[in-house]
Amino acid sequence: MTVRVLLFASYADAVGRSELTLDLAEGSVIGDVVARVRELAGGHALPPAPLLALNAAYAKPSTVVRRGDEVAIIPPVAGG
Amino acid sequence: MSAARLVVQPIDVSALTSEVAGDDRGAISIFLGTVRNSNEGRAVDGIDYSAYEAMAVAEMNRIVAEAVDRFPGVEVALEHRTGTLKVGDVSVAIACAHAHRSPALDANRYVIEELKRRVPIWKREHYLDGTSEWVDPSGRPAEVSS
Repeated sequence: MTVRVLLFASYADAVGRSELTLDLAEGSVIGDVVARVRELAGGHALPPAPLLALNAAYAKPSTVVRRGDEVAIIPPVAGG
Repeated sequence: MSAARLVVQPIDVSALTSEVAGDDRGAISIFLGTVRNSNEGRAVDGIDYSAYEAMAVAEMNRIVAEAVDRFPGVEVALEHRTGTLKVGDVSVAIACAHAHRSPALDANRYVIEELKRRVPIWKREHYLDGTSEWVDPSGRPAEVSS
């Protein structure tokens, strides 16, 4: 199954892209998405346990992803 | 009606205030966040704000709803700007109205603190020396090449 992954700010710069699609095994969790992204060129700049969102709401690494989900890896926020 | 938005154009504070004003509300608190000319000892020229837009708007609306729950009777209007801002520009504006001043002030404080803690917005500071960096409020600016 495929999921859409969004990267932002310093994480997008590190990996050189702001969006990608990953093919994952059924039953995968968001933490698996992070592990895969950290294997990409530049991905080592991401921390092992970054903030995560599933379909535009914060989620834990143990949350199971489903086909078509949107996973976001969130750098430290700096609004205001 | 309470509401939160991301905007690209300059924030109209007067219009935002009008959204929450009412004959039964004797207090309106306004908070404005503006671009400061220095950070950590470095002279700042401007800031690029970017956001995970769908989630930022959802999270800001969740925060507004929480403020209304915590301070019954408060009306909240919240706008955060994205794009390139110069020193002195308003990056965020919050208007909270209530019959009385304490809930109006306390709700405003709640909204800005929660916004800074959890809304997915990022800023890249541009310095007068020509360099720029992503800001990491949890520590030092994030280290990014280029």
